[in-house]
Amino acid sequence: MDSLLSIVTFIPAIAALILAVFLRGEDEAARKNAKWLALLATVATFLISLFLYFGFDRSNPGFQFVEDHAWIGGLRYKMGVDGISVMFVLLTTVLMPVVIGACWKVKHRVKEMMIAFLVLETLMIGVFSALDLVLFYVFFEGTLIPGALLIGIWGGKQRLYAAFKFFLYTFLGSVLMLVAMIAMYFDSGTTDIVALLQHNFASSPLTVAGITVMGGLQTLLFLGFLASFAVKLPMWPLHTWQPDAYVQAPTAATVALSAILVKMGGYGFLRFSLGMFPVGSDVMQGLMLWLSAIAIVYTSLVAFVQHDIKRLIAYSSIAHMGFVTLGIFSANQQGIDGAIFQMVSHGFISAAMFLCAGVVIDRLRAQDVDAFGGLQSRMPAYALVFLFFTMANVGLPGTSGFVGEFLTLMGAFQVNTWVALVATSGVIFAGGYGLRLFRRVMLGDLIKEALKSVTDLSGREKALFAPLVLFVLLLGLYPALVTDVIGASTAQLTQTYQAALPADAGIQAAAN
Amino acid sequence: MTTIILLAPLLGALICGLAWRWIGEFAGQVIATALVALAAVLSWIVFLGFDGGTLHVTLMRFVESGSLSTDWSIRLDRLTAVMLIVVTTVSALVHLYSFGYMAHDHNFREGEAYKARFFAYLSLFTFAMLALVTADNLVQLFFGWEGVGLVSYLLVGFYYRKTSANTAAIKAFVVNRVGDFGFLLGIGAIFLLTDSVRFDDIFAAAPDMAATTLSFLSIEWNAATIVGVLLFIGAAGKSAQLGLHTWLPDAMEGPTPVSALIHAATMVTAGVFLICRMSPIYEVAPNAQALIVVIGAATAFFAATVGLVQNDIKRVIAYSTASQLGYMFVAAGMGVYSAAMFHLLTHAFFKALLFLAAGSVIHGMNGDQDLRNYGGLRKKMPATFWAMMIGTMAITGVGIPFTYIGFAGFVSKDAIIEVAWVNSGLVFWMLVIAAAMTAFYSWRLMFLTFFGTPRKPELHAHAHEAGRSMLIPLAVLSVGAVLAGVVWRNVFFGEESTVRAWFGESLAMNGHVLHEAHEGPAWVAASPFVAMLVGLVLAWMMYLRDPGMPARLATSARGLHAFLLNKWYFDELFEAIFVRPSQRLGSWFWRRGDDRGIDGVVNGVSLGLIPAITRLAQRMQSGYVFHYAFAMVLGIAALVTWVSFTGGSR
Repeated sequence: MDSLLSIVTFIPAIAALILAVFLRGEDEAARKNAKWLALLATVATFLISLFLYFGFDRSNPGFQFVEDHAWIGGLRYKMGVDGISVMFVLLTTVLMPVVIGACWKVKHRVKEMMIAFLVLETLMIGVFSALDLVLFYVFFEGTLIPGALLIGIWGGKQRLYAAFKFFLYTFLGSVLMLVAMIAMYFDSGTTDIVALLQHNFASSPLTVAGITVMGGLQTLLFLGFLASFAVKLPMWPLHTWQPDAYVQAPTAATVALSAILVKMGGYGFLRFSLGMFPVGSDVMQGLMLWLSAIAIVYTSLVAFVQHDIKRLIAYSSIAHMGFVTLGIFSANQQGIDGAIFQMVSHGFISAAMFLCAGVVIDRLRAQDVDAFGGLQSRMPAYALVFLFFTMANVGLPGTSGFVGEFLTLMGAFQVNTWVALVATSGVIFAGGYGLRLFRRVMLGDLIKEALKSVTDLSGREKALFAPLVLFVLLLGLYPALVTDVIGASTAQLTQTYQAALPADAGIQAAAN
Repeated sequence: MTTIILLAPLLGALICGLAWRWIGEFAGQVIATALVALAAVLSWIVFLGFDGGTLHVTLMRFVESGSLSTDWSIRLDRLTAVMLIVVTTVSALVHLYSFGYMAHDHNFREGEAYKARFFAYLSLFTFAMLALVTADNLVQLFFGWEGVGLVSYLLVGFYYRKTSANTAAIKAFVVNRVGDFGFLLGIGAIFLLTDSVRFDDIFAAAPDMAATTLSFLSIEWNAATIVGVLLFIGAAGKSAQLGLHTWLPDAMEGPTPVSALIHAATMVTAGVFLICRMSPIYEVAPNAQALIVVIGAATAFFAATVGLVQNDIKRVIAYSTASQLGYMFVAAGMGVYSAAMFHLLTHAFFKALLFLAAGSVIHGMNGDQDLRNYGGLRKKMPATFWAMMIGTMAITGVGIPFTYIGFAGFVSKDAIIEVAWVNSGLVFWMLVIAAAMTAFYSWRLMFLTFFGTPRKPELHAHAHEAGRSMLIPLAVLSVGAVLAGVVWRNVFFGEESTVRAWFGESLAMNGHVLHEAHEGPAWVAASPFVAMLVGLVLAWMMYLRDPGMPARLATSARGLHAFLLNKWYFDELFEAIFVRPSQRLGSWFWRRGDDRGIDGVVNGVSLGLIPAITRLAQRMQSGYVFHYAFAMVLGIAALVTWVSFTGGSR
């Protein structure tokens, strides 16, 4: 299976093409066909991607399943995964069937929606497996088109504002990233990511416009990529596109965005920032750690005062991304393992949380928590699921939410105890806003007339939640499912990172 | 065998919680109870046949990352064995008791199923608590620690229609999380220092820790001290010590069997257990120990003062729990961990007994919990009366002075007070005065409930004795409350060599303090007994001889009475300095920070720099997408051209 990775990447695109070319009509049957074909394609993608998981050599930290072909011009089509990226590919393939299942009730332009999701899946897998700079850029920026369309066409009342904001933030990042990429090519003469990872970008101090830049070119390149990845993840204070996008987007798109798409930012930090510009990362480490810690506290406090159920979950989601950047820029094995684990875990948990929100929003056409209350007595199954994911979101041990948070905090503590202190306070806030949300929606006496005829989870909804519950528990009880796969690659990443630092920085790290 | 003890309650919880729809609620309850009872029987077999060594059982891999590596595993040593019998015995009895207590709960509607859910939670709690006490590393201990916190949340808020219950549940969880915050930082410090989170490695590294400094928050600390302090913050949260105690009285919103199991006998003692488990570290961290002694003594004193004036029967006992936990911390902080464990053990029996007896009273009084509405119940509920009497004699410390013969609390509390005398006069006197207050509020509760005249005749008329499933647990616990002290004194607080031999490697201990405590003067040994008598006589004077006196006292010392009745205004204080400011800060961040600050800047920049795009985008349905696509294509084109012309990727 030489081209396994390409097969996984392009099955959804082929299905999208089939839909676009062959499916005609807007009647019920056409809608049904579109949905079933999309579901089939995503499930097939997932099943085939399992070969990647089980065929992956865990002791090999390098890239595997590598494909390298000539492409347009002098460019190469080069794909491959290491322990880090294979986890993201799998996260994408396992969650996309859930995303498709989540839009089963959509009536408006179903075919186009399915095409958008399928194209998005191909692009996202492409981002995680591209081993050529140009290819990566095409996939990375390409995701914005289906992403913005999903918000702008199928979104809520203020969908245009949200989609525009999404675009505007990302646009800024893209421009800078493009400049940085051109500079990288100029410096190294290659666009091959494997070669770039070996390349030593200059790190002696530079003077730009009268300001001395520690870490030189590496720091500048780091900054070039920073805007793009920081917006994507998002990092405070570039996060404000996200609550609007998540609130306005249809539930399925919110799930796809929060569970998978934003992880491209975290992946980018690992692959490019840490992997290629270690000295630049080290120069910026303090700032990045503090931004992460601030993000955790700030967004948690904001989540505390939200009334819109989706907006609350959106802010909670940003707080969890704070742990991701905290772990990444701790730049030790626990931090990076924790960050990746947190991203995978957050994929399942945030998908489930937004689906939970979707369940009541679909039934009652309301997003304000005050519209609910006391649902536990009529919806026991839903209450159980909601509580389970609330606890996973809070980071209760035994769920996957704990492992990522715990490891990132262990990583951060070794680097900076102040940051660790501020970030750890996030565990208090998460409990506060999570349980308050659960209480306001589910507990109390059911007195509102509108809620008295509400029905419990349907079979389709249970089927959507079942795999999410399963994975959150499996990963929480037996984290080796992820850590075994990523371990060799992250160990290598931390070693090359530490080795690349100038001697004095190394001594400083040891002294701390 | 320990594996079965650990997993049987989990199995029970799963069957009862998930399968009751198919097997019926009653079958679920029976299965859950039977499996916990099985665990209890096996625990006693393990405990009685235990040889004092340390046994490790590895079950499965858990969190692993680089040098941080943990397993799901069981550590069985004397400390664990003691906790096993406490947890499983009380839990099995509470399961049995709940058959009667939860039979017809007026908080639920006719035909509503809640019993299976209740029993499943109880069993799940038991599993989590067992995971905590059998843990072989800090991460699994934290799993159990959070697990019991979760079930505590679920059970405090079990009456989910009641606003007060929901508020109390969240408070219990969040305040515990404040403790966990310290605990997690403590784990971080330990991992940084020892490169491991396994107990064996940590204990081996403890002596080095005392000689190391750790930079925490830009201050150079003695490593053992800072680790000890951080872990103690966690312990203080779980065990409701001063400052983090506010959740415990509110947690009484849960059904009474829950209060007996979780908020008296087991979960709240997890903090004491943690200190004892980490005793090798505390033995080399005198400053952390001093902090524990101070906080413990302050809690013992503070909680006792508040207990004096509470009118809710369960809150009186709750404050008494916080107070007794303070005693345990004093002993642990003095390095006599065995005395702390001794009081933990006896307290589990008599406090569970007090709660279950109180539950029987509440049950008989149709849910009323106000002491002012009771009175004269002795004849109506003779069995409950005697159970409560035994519990009261145990907690107040009735016994024969200068011997070791007496109710359980007599032996174990005296041990702690003797230990406190070694530390300082202040701590000693605080504990003695707290003992007098303990006697006062405990006898006050007895007198108001069972003696005097009925103050609510209509309630009194319907009052009835509880059924057999509730009385059997009372009988069993009564045996423990009478005998536990006499039977086990020697191994917990006897000669140093005996105690060391019994606990083996499971506890480090300060033999010097233990020795001095035994050598204390006679008046020290007699003082708790005198304090008990003072409390008893005062309660008798105020509530039996002259029942009008408390009201007169309350009016004449109105300020003090209000101060105590409002629990020293801790709730109001925390509300004002933590809760409300963080909400205001959250609103401010959102409205000012996000909406006006960040969005303002971004919108301002975009409106200023690219007004054309903005206006276009607002007008056209998806114009921005095409602009974006166009920009991207341009960018790619530029990159592709550049790369192609210069030779491509080699």
